[in-house]
Amino acid sequence: MGKRTTIPIGPFHPLQEEPEFFTLTVEGERVVDIDVRIGWNHRGIEKLSERKNFDQSTFVIERICGICSTSHPFAYTMAVEDVMQLEVPDRAKYIRTIIAEGERIHSHLLWAGLAGHFLGYNTVFMWVWKAREEILDVMEMLSGNRNNYAMFKPGGVRRDIDDDVIKPCLAKLDRIEATLDLVRKAVEDDPVLQARTKGVGVLTLQDVVDYSALGPTSRASGLARDVRKDSPYAAYPMLDWKMITTENGDVYDKVILRVLEMYESLSILRQALPNLPGGEIDANIKSVPPGEGVGHAEAPRGEVFHYVRSDGTNRPVRHKVRAPTFMNLPTYRESVVGETIADATIILAAIDPCYCCTERVAVVDGRGRRLHDGTDLVELSRAKTERLRREMGGA
Amino acid sequence: MTDRAAVIRDITERFSEDIQRLDDVSHKRVYIDIETGSLVKMALYLFEQVGARFNIASGVDCRSHIEILYHFTVEDINLMVSLRVRLDREKPVVDSLTPYMKAADWIEREMNELLGIEFTGHPDMRRLLLADFWPKGVYPLRADYEEWDDSAVRDRGV
Repeated sequence: MGKRTTIPIGPFHPLQEEPEFFTLTVEGERVVDIDVRIGWNHRGIEKLSERKNFDQSTFVIERICGICSTSHPFAYTMAVEDVMQLEVPDRAKYIRTIIAEGERIHSHLLWAGLAGHFLGYNTVFMWVWKAREEILDVMEMLSGNRNNYAMFKPGGVRRDIDDDVIKPCLAKLDRIEATLDLVRKAVEDDPVLQARTKGVGVLTLQDVVDYSALGPTSRASGLARDVRKDSPYAAYPMLDWKMITTENGDVYDKVILRVLEMYESLSILRQALPNLPGGEIDANIKSVPPGEGVGHAEAPRGEVFHYVRSDGTNRPVRHKVRAPTFMNLPTYRESVVGETIADATIILAAIDPCYCCTERVAVVDGRGRRLHDGTDLVELSRAKTERLRREMGGA
Repeated sequence: MTDRAAVIRDITERFSEDIQRLDDVSHKRVYIDIETGSLVKMALYLFEQVGARFNIASGVDCRSHIEILYHFTVEDINLMVSLRVRLDREKPVVDSLTPYMKAADWIEREMNELLGIEFTGHPDMRRLLLADFWPKGVYPLRADYEEWDDSAVRDRGV
């Protein structure tokens, strides 16, 4: 056994969406063990929600995630509607679907940009984030907000979509597609990018089953698992779209899967926006009867799960929230161990948890001396890309 | 097994001794109250034989007892099966699923911290969520939880 070094990563960084603390154990260049500790920003939202009424909770849980902010109200409102056995009006279903898919595009673009940044492709980062501005504009036109759209309420949606914003939204979607084509071409054609990502950080189908991993993390390993298809909700069963799966479970497959998923989301938006059914947007819930209910929705990172129990008052007695990363994070043990430190950054990023924690990495030797910090680790990753690029005779 | 009725019939026949009550509440939800001691074999049957995905478990302090619901989804037939166990509130103990199902690891650690449930046989019951200075034996999701930290601002009266 060679000399082992422990690398602490995290827990806090201003850019992180979810603070986590990783302890990487390395032997030379190779990662031999990893441990994860979460809870650095445990806000007690489940407890908080028990003190709010059913309408207020919608706003509290929208703030669980700053990126996929709508997925939580989506699952929560469905859980409340499950308690009541209530169907929401069709127009509300369509509006919910539109908001969720717009959010998926914005979330995947954000991820693709950061993944490019970590690999040393800052041009990709700039392009992609420029396209992300377009989708945020779309969201602003639809909901009034770039993020935290506040569109959902138990029983329906809070705000209607005006007919006159639909055309400009569709025009913006075309511009996003043009950027997506560029990204897709870059991912499919660039030999250096492929050398960095193919066969790296493989998560096998068995691992996915064992850990009950979710979303793109499971679909990239060939397990066709998507709540939108498995347990159809909102307007998804009324629209024509494909579930994307890839086979290899490596970083490349997770990248291309998310790119292809954005095309599907664009397609969903293009079908849903011009064909919004008429009618009410809200079922006007007056009270929630005693009972329990479960709502689950496919967020950009996988299934978001909410369990709500009501005792007939205006507050939930129990509100359990499970975000997809809770199931996906433990799979790091399988995907990172055995890989090199230079690849650890992108493998950690591939599950789409919080990339920015890696910027706080400090490599410490046996006596506690500091050898590298987080910037160095990103540098290591970029240097590897540069080296490959030179070796392969690229520009 | 691709038929909803067949799956439910199979479970009820196979575990007739372990099931206390079955609530078939809607076309996609079934709640099954089971004997606490039967949890591992039933959960593993769902996970391994039926091929269900483990969604998560949710613990609830019902004041008279503590309840855990283990949610499994059988994706082919769009059915969520929730196994319910009831535990003694004074000493809530249940067998851990983690030795057989890696997916249960974190949620059992979470329930241990937040609700004070003991999971017999869990291989790695370290603290996961709460801060290091959080006192032992104080469980924030218990119904009778009281604020212990004078300096904390947790609820601004909204």
